[in-house]
Amino acid sequence: MEHVELFFKSIFIDNMVFATFLGMCSYLAVSKKVATAVGLGAAVIFVLAVTVPLNWLLDQYILQEGALAWLGPEYAEYDLSFLSFIMFIATIATMVQLVEIIVEKFSPSLYNSLGIFLPLIAVNCAILGGSLFMQSREIATLGLATTYGIGSGIGWFLAILAIAAIREKIRYSSVPPALRGLGITFIITGLMAIGFMSFGGMLTGGDEETKEEKTEVVSTNKTEEVKEVVKEDEEKIADNIKEIQK
Amino acid sequence: MGLLSKKDAKLITDPLTDNNPITIQVLGICSALAITAELKASIVMSISVLFVLGLGNVVISLMRNIIPSKIRIIVQLIVVATLVIIVDLVLKAFAYELSKTLSVFVGLIITNCIIMGRFEAFALGNGPWKSFLDGIGNALGYGVILIIVGFFRELLGSGTLLGFPVLGDPIGSPETGPTGLYGLGYENNGFMLLSPMALIVVGIIIWVQRSRNKALIEEN
Repeated sequence: MEHVELFFKSIFIDNMVFATFLGMCSYLAVSKKVATAVGLGAAVIFVLAVTVPLNWLLDQYILQEGALAWLGPEYAEYDLSFLSFIMFIATIATMVQLVEIIVEKFSPSLYNSLGIFLPLIAVNCAILGGSLFMQSREIATLGLATTYGIGSGIGWFLAILAIAAIREKIRYSSVPPALRGLGITFIITGLMAIGFMSFGGMLTGGDEETKEEKTEVVSTNKTEEVKEVVKEDEEKIADNIKEIQK
Repeated sequence: MGLLSKKDAKLITDPLTDNNPITIQVLGICSALAITAELKASIVMSISVLFVLGLGNVVISLMRNIIPSKIRIIVQLIVVATLVIIVDLVLKAFAYELSKTLSVFVGLIITNCIIMGRFEAFALGNGPWKSFLDGIGNALGYGVILIIVGFFRELLGSGTLLGFPVLGDPIGSPETGPTGLYGLGYENNGFMLLSPMALIVVGIIIWVQRSRNKALIEEN
């Protein structure tokens, strides 16, 4: 139950791109084509799913106040949390490198589609952001941390997929010259973010027993809504094309 | 300026306008958007980035001949992370409230693409003094956008600047009622405080900038 809630919360309500603006750089740079966007999105899901639980373990057993108690009572007072930035980023950079090597060795086809994005990901703020939010939101168990990593990865994937689809279509509409490219992408992202804000009320209200049913119903609704939003945008673009053709 | 040759001065002024890291190079967007609801947070963030980028560029530039190119990303990350930890601890000690507002975004300076971008593109190939100027210039270019966005969002969203009410008092005393612009029926636009508006404000800045300088216009 907790898992389902956290999963949908991290996809829709706390969406990495639309609610916290993490990973915007690669989001803007690699969203010109759907195919490359899918590649990068998949790599982000993968790396988040690996690094968030790993950093959770680090945080829990090394960095937190009193986390070193397992070494013996004399270590129980240490608080190494000021080291967390450097530990997290080192873990992420090495993990990304490691994943790249393993994938290249065992699955060349996957490497061909994901490989070029992996080095990019080490400095994607979504990855470090995932770990830092995991720390500041005090996620309780390893399982929840994994769910959180996968959920926020999928949220990021959805966002980049949607913007890439819209940008492919927007080529056919007449955007004011000075807004072309970056400008219009920013404004569309802003509008999409406003759309995503409507998910805010999704997991509030209801008591424990009814919550489960609600979440499931809501979640199917949500995917439909996302589709609708995308569809609406596409319809608008289609209208624009018609106008131009006229 | 006597200290700077023309070329050096260009290193500082270029990123402020035609080669701005945010609006032209598309680097460092994440933090630019998330913390700009208040002017004060924007200013502190700009100063932090100024410190990290200026100093980091010098350090990397000094080490540029001894870093093996295969592991340079990790070396760069470690340098940035160390500097960011210093910033974070200073903020926690002297401006605790503010460091709560900035929350994880101080840590995210590490993965701010401006920093890695400048390390890769400039500091690895140039001497320390030039790299320092380049770092300062780019951090200022980043800061300018942050402060513009923060200015408009705070002014239109809460009617204050740096926490001081500049558009009058929305509640006022019982005798006079709301003062200033609020007396004329003006209302704050709470929407400006929400995160999506940051994207739209930056979009408008890009629009204005590119209308003024046609050379910057992109293909679709």
